[in-house]
Amino acid sequence: MAKPLPLPLPLKADTVIVGGGVVGLAIAYNLTVRGLTDVVVLDRGYVAGGASGRNGGGIRQQWSTELNIRLMQESLALCKDFAQELGVNIWLRQGGYLFIARNADELARLEKNIPLQNRLGVPTRIIGPKEAQKIVPELDLTHVHGACYNPTDGILFPWPFLWGYAQGAAARGAKLHTFTNVVGISQDGVGWKVATDRGEIAAKRVINAAGAWSPEIAQMIGVRLPNKPIRHEICSSEPLKPFLRPMVSVLASGLYFSQSMRGEIVGGVTLRGDSPTRNMGSRLKFLATYARQLTSIVPSFAELKILRQWAGPYDVTEDGKPILGEPAGKPGFFLCCGFMGHGFMMAPVMGKYYAELLTGGARHEIFDQCRLDRFDKGLVEREDFIIG
Amino acid sequence: MSRIILCRCEDVSLEDVEHSIAKGFADLEEVKRYTGFGTGWCQGKECHRVVALEIARLAGRDPREVAPFTARPPIVPTALKYFVADPTADLSEDAIPPPEED
Repeated sequence: MAKPLPLPLPLKADTVIVGGGVVGLAIAYNLTVRGLTDVVVLDRGYVAGGASGRNGGGIRQQWSTELNIRLMQESLALCKDFAQELGVNIWLRQGGYLFIARNADELARLEKNIPLQNRLGVPTRIIGPKEAQKIVPELDLTHVHGACYNPTDGILFPWPFLWGYAQGAAARGAKLHTFTNVVGISQDGVGWKVATDRGEIAAKRVINAAGAWSPEIAQMIGVRLPNKPIRHEICSSEPLKPFLRPMVSVLASGLYFSQSMRGEIVGGVTLRGDSPTRNMGSRLKFLATYARQLTSIVPSFAELKILRQWAGPYDVTEDGKPILGEPAGKPGFFLCCGFMGHGFMMAPVMGKYYAELLTGGARHEIFDQCRLDRFDKGLVEREDFIIG
Repeated sequence: MSRIILCRCEDVSLEDVEHSIAKGFADLEEVKRYTGFGTGWCQGKECHRVVALEIARLAGRDPREVAPFTARPPIVPTALKYFVADPTADLSEDAIPPPEED
């Protein structure tokens, strides 16, 4: 049998999206829904190869800024409709998020966001150790001072989300080209030329949704981005009978764990002091730290067997907010990166807003709040709830 | 009706692999994610080779171009208790002290 050749790249396209992760695919899908179907998505590797395929699948509305809370409320609403709209089961399960505080200071850090969350309609509340133990009976209360609980947060399975967007976009005419490296981008009259290792595409617009790789893509047109890739590790256990309702997180250590619909305990912990890297190798240090933290809060997990660990890149900005819109002097080149390891939960709503912006619809306030030039002007409101 | 099972841990059949490829998820890493093969108890030790050979056969590619997928530690399923006392653990100020020895 002859080796089938990949489909050739088109010579031109209205919009080229660099990065076939959840952000790029969500934008592509939403563009096609709004009638803009001449869209090409390029990815250097396979679908789900970057952070989109490597995250814990959490989706929560417990944030510290009004903008993020509103975004996540809308994202969650979109997730609920996803299966029906895109014909893919994303295994969404709203078991809530339980943030654990180990002392009064940590509890105060959780408590101060609650009035804002409640005002916006998120039913978050502070609970005592005993009530936390009612929700998760396996908790050891030695280190639990109190907790913050929102029953409407949840988890989903990341991979089907990507397939849903990819297939939905493709069905409406978008083209996805995996294993296609972008090697150069240049301004070409009123548009852009995107050079790849498989040929060149002339595009009216380019969207940089390359996540951890976005600084290199922007550098091709002389734009310096301040976001940095930070390795975060995660692991998955043997499957257990379903018993754990919420995603549980210990705020101070960045420990988090939940039970997937397959029954695995999926979780991670923050390792301090890592320098920026796109090395996605796994370290014993991670499992050792995770084991220490997890078994101190759920002692019975000492017997839990880990099946595999892996890593993914958080695409980190200094103020915890993404970078959006066109950099100065680069009309038609759009940024959509810097999602802090939370791009997955933000992608549904970002895809929608970006598609509206690019097809003459509403311009959401997030585009003004997340401009690249804010880093030159001094930072504003900082998001306090970056976990993992 | 009979089925040809390629991954026994996750019950992935030859038909599942063919379906994944037909959907356009044809790379070994993509087939792993789409079908779930190699993500169970053996982590691919039994099924990795046979799935890679099927992908190579169906795509007309050299099997050496197709495999392997990224190996994930630990080598065998290992209980967390064996990692708890490991000296590589992060002991920064936020870390919880190790459990008392009996």
